[in-house]
Amino acid sequence: MVPESLRGVPHVAALESAEPGAIVSGKLDRGESTLEIASDRIVAVCRYLHDAEQFDRLADLTAVDWLPAEPRFEIVYHLHSMPRNLRLRLKCRVAGHSAEIESVTSVWRSANWHEREVFDLFGVVFRNHPNLRRIMLPDDWEGHPLRKDYPVYGQKYGYKDQ
Amino acid sequence: MSDYHTTRTVLNMGPQHPSTHGVLRLLLELDGETIVKAEPDIGFLHTGIEKQCEEKTYQQVVPLTDRVDYLANLSNNLCYSLAVERLLGLEIPPMAQWMRVMLTELTRISSHLVWLGTHAIDIGAMSVFLYCFREREDLLRIFEMFSGQRMMTSYFRVGGLALEPPRGWHKPIQVFLDAFAGRLQEYEDLLTANPIWLMRTKGVGVVSAEDLVNLGVTGPMLRAAGLAWDIRKAEPYSSYDKFDFEVPTRTEGDVYARYQVRLDEMRQSERIARQALEGMPTGPWVADAPKVVLPDREKMKTQMEALIHHFKIIYEGFKVPAGEVYQAIESPRGEVGYYVVSDGSAKPYRVHIHGPSFGNLQSTARMIEGRLIADVIASLGSMDFVLGDVDR
Repeated sequence: MVPESLRGVPHVAALESAEPGAIVSGKLDRGESTLEIASDRIVAVCRYLHDAEQFDRLADLTAVDWLPAEPRFEIVYHLHSMPRNLRLRLKCRVAGHSAEIESVTSVWRSANWHEREVFDLFGVVFRNHPNLRRIMLPDDWEGHPLRKDYPVYGQKYGYKDQ
Repeated sequence: MSDYHTTRTVLNMGPQHPSTHGVLRLLLELDGETIVKAEPDIGFLHTGIEKQCEEKTYQQVVPLTDRVDYLANLSNNLCYSLAVERLLGLEIPPMAQWMRVMLTELTRISSHLVWLGTHAIDIGAMSVFLYCFREREDLLRIFEMFSGQRMMTSYFRVGGLALEPPRGWHKPIQVFLDAFAGRLQEYEDLLTANPIWLMRTKGVGVVSAEDLVNLGVTGPMLRAAGLAWDIRKAEPYSSYDKFDFEVPTRTEGDVYARYQVRLDEMRQSERIARQALEGMPTGPWVADAPKVVLPDREKMKTQMEALIHHFKIIYEGFKVPAGEVYQAIESPRGEVGYYVVSDGSAKPYRVHIHGPSFGNLQSTARMIEGRLIADVIASLGSMDFVLGDVDR
């Protein structure tokens, strides 16, 4: 469902007709347009926006943890079109119990490290990612620090244990 | 004898290799001196800044942004402040905006100077480093004069500037800008036509503009490949639209082109800083927002209302309306983006920092695979990454 505020935007209307039903909701806030995309359609949507609407760059990819809401994770894609000087934000909700989404590395190679970072720090698995390993933290690290139920302070080993 | 060509060596470069400028580890698979496969390994400088941001009030996050890209700290201060100001809907007075422009341009010069010095020393031109750091010292003194700090300035805060600009601030900047064109010429004399420099940089590390965009590269590297894209022009912020400057580009896309683009950028930055210096508006240096900006000391000690605001801002911070903003600005390295999500409380719900170095570094493999080991050093240097910016 395309919201009223974004109805007149050409690339949003084009996306709705090319991928009917992929847009779950959207908003225009502080001059930035956001579309929520059904998470099983994300690669098709990105592919379309990249090929047909000149969104040649993935400016950023990250996640937000909305614990205790469910679906818990929000994967946020910041798309950018240099030829048209346009920005667009896409969002997908992913449930905590099966935190998985398709990788968009086939569309933008720059998604590679971003998705590894989200995997590392949020524990969201990207299907069909070429090299899904931890990127910031050591391979044997336990837990995913940017989840809201991961403490900010504290250490695993106190001085007493040593 | 054919066995000679079948053995491949894996070379572990870094994380303490001097030319990686920080703690980058490169795994290079070599066939003789040719690189078959290159894999950067990052994360050695990960300090969990994004997690720490969620525990601080909005204003307390500013010093953390210094530590992300420590060579372009003011660019990061600016980007974060702009993001929060957009969430708040704050109007920043012209004087603060122009001061922000002037100081971020000086930051660009200072950052490019560190890049030029270290890049040249990597390739073997020792003396350029000493020249560059001489000028950088002047700039650090200027930053210290404004903020009290040489590197971790935190001078741009949500709502304007941290402190009133000191008395007589024009003078050192004027002296620096007047001398700078001549100083740039000195670097050019040492490098631009230097045959060794040309042999080490020309035709090295070439990647097409299309590939660079797809790999997430921004900034001078992109402009050296022919794309005249600069956020200062494309999406002007902090009144950049009132300044007259050009976006330097080259089409070769090699290490030498990046060198030329950055040198030209320093000239443009000098031009912008001079315009800001000469046309600096007068007026307040913080926004008129008593619930966000700390009151004047004098008022705080004499007026009850100001005292209450001061107390509330210090103890609780200020509440920011729920919403989200992605603010991008042109840092010396490319697009730095702050994605700030607010849930309506006094602490950011999520701060995501998109560092330009992170995107630029992803092109490493594409840039050096199939080339010689010696080119790795030149290519890495031309990317001008800061590992704090990559790992955060």
